[in-house]
Amino acid sequence: MIETLWIVILALLSTGLVFSFIRLVRGPNLPDRVIALDLISILAMGLIVTYAVRFNQPNFLDVAIILALISFLGTIAFAYYLERRA
Amino acid sequence: MREILVMLLILTGAFFMFLASLGLLRMPDVFLRLSSTAKAGTLGAGLILTGAAVFFNDFSISTRAGAIIVFLLLTAPVAAHMIGRAAYFDGIPLWKGTIQDDLKGHYRASTHSLEVDEIADADVVLPHIEEGEYDQ
Repeated sequence: MIETLWIVILALLSTGLVFSFIRLVRGPNLPDRVIALDLISILAMGLIVTYAVRFNQPNFLDVAIILALISFLGTIAFAYYLERRA
Repeated sequence: MREILVMLLILTGAFFMFLASLGLLRMPDVFLRLSSTAKAGTLGAGLILTGAAVFFNDFSISTRAGAIIVFLLLTAPVAAHMIGRAAYFDGIPLWKGTIQDDLKGHYRASTHSLEVDEIADADVVLPHIEEGEYDQ
């Protein structure tokens, strides 16, 4: 029962990754791609935390902290240069 | 009992993250996509992290999870606002079903500034709501 639920959770997150990757490839504009990258990093963070809970590895939460920080800085940098270009 | 709570939190969080990516894939223009990912994505991540905090039930680890939640709640709206602002100034066309655009005519492209009064001689005309311009 619990094992099936874990599979459902990981399937939801992975399908989300596939959907955002489709948006990243299809575009049609640069901001769409930036949003897709932002969502991909948040989804990756969710996957890491889920993995940490599933296999009882609390150290992986540090990775989630770093990922959240880096993805925020990346999004801000993209937005800054996008606005400079406009 | 605690296991059920953890599974419920993580399942709900994963579902909201799935909804965020579905919105990103299916919404018709940049701003609608942005509104779906920024809110649903943050809620999903927050729920998953709350689930982790409840699961480990240890002060140092739960504090770490709480710190990530607070950081996400602080940064996600800022990032979404900056992308939305940059997309609008970049002249990304709005969806043709858009009813109201409060910023129209208030943005001066040469100085990158927003003004209270409507600019009569706006030096750039942002492309707006053109039939067939948007692509889903």
